[in-house]
This record gives sequence, structure tokens and C-alpha cells, in this order.
Amino acid sequence: MAKTIWVLVEIEDGRPARSSLEVLSKAAHLGRAEAIVLGSAAATVAPSLGEFGAEKVYVHADPTYDTYLTLPAVDTLSALLQRQQPDLLLFPTTYDVRDIAARLSARHNLGLITDATDLRYEGERLEVTVPWGGENVVVATHPYQGTGIVLARPKAFSVERFEGRQAEIEQLTVTLRPESQQMKILDRVEVQSEGPALEDASIIVSGGRGLGKPENYRLVEELATVLGGAPGATRAIVDAGWLPYSYQIGQTGKTVKPTLYIACGISGAIQHLAGMKGSKYIIAINKDEHAPIFSVADLGIVGDVLTILPQLIEEVKRRKTQL
Amino acid sequence: MKIFVCVKQIPDPNTVESKLDPATKRLVRTGVSLVLDPGDETTIAAAIKLRDSLGNSELTAISMGPASAQEALRRALAMGVDRAILISDPALAGSDVLGTARTLAAALKRENPDLIFCSTESTDGYTGMVPGAIAEFLGLPQLTFAREINVEGTKAVIKRVTQTGYEVVESPLPAVVTIASGSFEAIYPTMKGIMSARKKPFSQLSLSDLGLDPSQVGEAGAREQILSIGKAEARAAGQIIKDEGNAAEIIADFLQRHQLL
Ligand SMILES: Cc1cc2nc3c(=O)[nH]c(=O)nc-3n(C[C@H](O)[C@H](O)[C@H](O)COP(=O)(O)OP(=O)(O)OC[C@H]3O[C@@H](n4cnc5c(N)ncnc54)[C@H](O)[C@@H]3O)c2cc1C
Repeated sequence: MAKTIWVLVEIEDGRPARSSLEVLSKAAHLGRAEAIVLGSAAATVAPSLGEFGAEKVYVHADPTYDTYLTLPAVDTLSALLQRQQPDLLLFPTTYDVRDIAARLSARHNLGLITDATDLRYEGERLEVTVPWGGENVVVATHPYQGTGIVLARPKAFSVERFEGRQAEIEQLTVTLRPESQQMKILDRVEVQSEGPALEDASIIVSGGRGLGKPENYRLVEELATVLGGAPGATRAIVDAGWLPYSYQIGQTGKTVKPTLYIACGISGAIQHLAGMKGSKYIIAINKDEHAPIFSVADLGIVGDVLTILPQLIEEVKRRKTQL
Repeated sequence: MKIFVCVKQIPDPNTVESKLDPATKRLVRTGVSLVLDPGDETTIAAAIKLRDSLGNSELTAISMGPASAQEALRRALAMGVDRAILISDPALAGSDVLGTARTLAAALKRENPDLIFCSTESTDGYTGMVPGAIAEFLGLPQLTFAREINVEGTKAVIKRVTQTGYEVVESPLPAVVTIASGSFEAIYPTMKGIMSARKKPFSQLSLSDLGLDPSQVGEAGAREQILSIGKAEARAAGQIIKDEGNAAEIIADFLQRHQLL
């Protein structure tokens, strides 16, 4: 029998979030994908989800979900779980969804596997691939019959189109409890950065502590600009207050998969590699020839970033005018 | 106010890469140096800062782990925490997210906390799921990914880190709060702190003290299972060149060759 898989679809700027669509596409390959979409824009988003693999979409277009974190969504999913038992809840790893998944797991005693980069069914058994540390991967499962939860790592799956697929739409009629309206969003503040967003950039130039001091990060930004890419950073310099968290790449920051990643003065700690080693080409500049970043680099330059970056910016500008 | 902070002892991430034992499929804890999770140091710093600004408050660190985890709690005490609780029981070995959260929640429930701090995620397991599950077991709201926290009367207000900036989120107390790494200045134990830590209250609890059934926790209660451990695919090694003044050209050639200009 085909497995039934629920995907919680988040909305970003009035559209389904890409991380949600990645997971929805994967779910559609594994079995019967059903999407759940909540919030004031849910009704407008729902009809498009068939095209990304959903056979059915549960919709609750209530603005309460936009203002109150976690609990209203948990209640709604919980009510749905009382009605039906899907085989799997396959969710994207995002700030909000992580919180929802943790509570849902506790409320319904559902096994929870996080950070999945792949999954499949071997007969009846679900097998989930999860990277562990720098060198290992583990295969995990839910050791019981019944629903389980898996959170997928961003960018683990690609968004696919299922041409002509039309999802059946069901309007949910749950009543949202006032007791669950507790974590209230009072304000949302966007910290603007120029150029393409890290997640969408095909070129990323990233800087680390090897830049020496905050002012030198400007070299990374400049190279990113001339290449038409986005600037990123290691946690070391984010923690040191050089840049906001939104720049951080790695295990506890963003996962990126650009065509080109240029690491400048970055040692290559496993937690950093976890967020960028899926890049197609990696160039590293580091003055220490034993820096671990060189083990993943297609081109490694042993040298001083502060000397090389200004030269490289000029060289790229020169060649671009010749092209 | 009664403030709690959940902490964990882990293999030192700065000296060893955490390893799984192929036979038991659990984290290898023997023969490695164990430390208080560095993420928890930030969280403890946040909790101490809040306790001191509120006044008339007590801060307790709580940990689930083997007897060795005492050391991590001693460090928390040396940093300035007032009291420590260790939950230790052979039946807890092999606990997953739910087993861990259930155990911590049971111990916290007896204490009627006003605020429970956790790190956003642990450095070795990094599922980030335990705090939310604790909140659910206790029926409390959760304020997550906080990089700033203020308590105003019976409410807490945080700045919550998001993909593109932050949100200001408020919730009634009691609540569970998770602290984003690096958001607070670390506190280093002083000699005086270390000395006074020895005299601070330290209690130890077993499963039966908490009224938990061994079937709900540890390996027996686990809802996730590791089937196998394998090697990750390595990237093919590239070319490493020493800069002799022409690095910019070498890189630009590479970019041009791969149509990246
Ligand atoms: C739980 C946990 C989660 C983490 N999550 C993340 C994460 O998401 N992202 C992340 O990045 N890190 C993360 N880290 C931190 C990670 O372990 C490293 O500490 C961090 O990535 C190091 O940053 P860095 O490379 O900038 O600094 P360093 O490790 O200090 O490296 C600086 C490098 O610059 C080189 N250098 C110095 N001067 C020059 C020069 N003039 N020219 C060229 N090279 C020079 C040095 O040789 C060195 O290799 C995490 C750690 C933990 C414990």
C-alpha cells in the first residue's frame, strides 16, 4: 500500500516556502503526499501545491497562526492525527517547524528523526539517512508501527513539478483554543542585506577569523559583489559580533549549495563544512597548508587572504570587462 | 523567581570528534575528555544575568546523565549557579529525545519553576528537540532561539532569531526559553567560584524518585533507532597551490574555465 505522508507547508511572502516544496516533492516520490497549510494566506497557496506533488491539501486560513507561534499549529495537527494516522510526517527543518515537531512528538509519543538527508522505504521499514559528525552517516528508523516524524535538512531534495496534478482541497474547521494563544509575535524585524539571499545565490564568498578584523570583511563583500554572489560567514566571526546571524553558514546556520563557494580565512571545522560541502566547486584561501578546509577544496591557495583578495577583486573586474 | 537551566555533559568538541560506538550505537563517552557543553555555557550566562537583574531569585542547574556529569554541574556551580540536580539511573542509558525530555520534565515539575532555560541545541546531538518536548510535557509555552530576554512582571519578552532578522515574542510565565549560541558573553569560573561551588546544594535523583517507569525512558522507551553506521562519501581532493604572487590569476583562470565569471 502506498504510504501516506504529511508535509507541513510554510508560507513566505505569500508563496509556499522553498524548503517546504523540497520536502513535498520528496514525499510525492515516497508515496501519497498530503500537504497541510495554515495561516491567512493558506487558501491562496493551497491550489498550487498539487503541481509540487500534493494529492490532497488541508487548509485552515486563519490569521491566528501568523500571530501566535507553535501551539495553534500543534493543536490543529494534533486534531488531524486523531482523525487519521498517516505513515509519516515529513517536515522541513526551519525555526518554526522545529518547535512544532518537538511538541507534536511529545504529545503523541511520535519518534523523531532530525537532520535527514535522504529517506526511503525498504518494504515496510522506513530508512532515514542522517550525517553524523564529519565522517559518518547513520541509517535510522522508527522502531514501531505507526506514525513517525522526520525533519529533512534544507536543500537535501530538489523542488520538482508534477505537471497537471490537481490536489483535492479540504477546509479544516478546527476551533483554535485561546489557551494556545500564548507565544505572541509583537514585531518582525528584517535585517536587510544586499545582493542575492545566501540560500539562492549561485556564488558565495565567505569569510572567517583569518580576515583578522571586522573592517576586512569588506573584501569578502566586494568580491561577492563583483562576482554577482552573496557574502557569508563562519560562526566564529558571527559570534564575535562582526556580522548578524543571518550570515552564518554551517551546522547551526544556513545550509547552502551554490555552484561556487570561496572560503577566505576559514579553517574548515566540521560544523562549518556541514553547511557548505555540497557546493559544486570550492575554492579555499588559507595561510595554513594543513587547514581542514583544503580537504574539500577543488582549488586551494596557501596564502594570505589580505594580500590575495584585493588582487583577485581587481583581476575579476579586469576579466569581466574583457568578456 | 525560581529559574532552572538544563545542561549536558558531552565529549569535548574541541579535542575529539564525537563518535558512535558501532556495537551499542551510542555516543562514545569512555576514553574521551568530557566537558560541560559549550553551548550551555552561554545559556548559563544568560540565566545568571537574568537572575541577577531580577534579584530575589534562585538559579538551579539540572542534568540527566551518568555519574561523571557531576563535573559539568560543578562547573555550572562555579560559574555562579546556586544549586544543582543530577538525574542518574542505569535505566536512562540510550534515551532518545522523548526519554530525555520526559525525565527532565518530571524532575522540573516537582520544583514549580518560573523559567526554564535550555540551549537551542546540544553540541553533540544537535537535534534541538528536547526543549520543545519538555515544554509540551509540562504544558508550558516555549520561547525559542532567544538572543535577548527580558522579564516584565509575569511575562517574558525575547528577541527571537529568524532567517532574515528577528521577531519580538512575548509569552506568559512560567515558560521554557532556549538561548541561541553566542548571544551572551561567557562567564569564566573564578578561583572563588570554584571554591564556593563545593559548598552549594547538590542533589541526585533516580528514576524511582521521579515516579517514572523504566519502560518510558532509556533504550526501552526509545522511539528512534539507529540501524547502521557507515562512512560518509569524501569529496575528491583538489589542487593545492602555494601563493607565489600569482594566486589571483590562478583563481581567475579556474573561474573562467568553469564559466563562473
Ligand atoms: C555545536 C557547534 C555548532 C557550530 N556551528 C557552526 C556553524 O554553523 N558554522 C560555523 O562556521 N561554525 C560553527 N561552529 C564553530 C566551528 O567549530 C569553528 O569554530 C568555526 O567554524 C571556526 O571559524 P573560522 O574558520 O572563521 O575560524 P578559525 O577556526 O579560527 O580559522 C581561521 C583560519 O584562518 C586562517 N588564517 C588566519 N590568518 C589568515 C590570513 N591572513 N590569510 C589566510 N588565512 C588566514 C587560519 O589558518 C585558520 O585556518 C560550531 C561549533 C559548535 C561546537
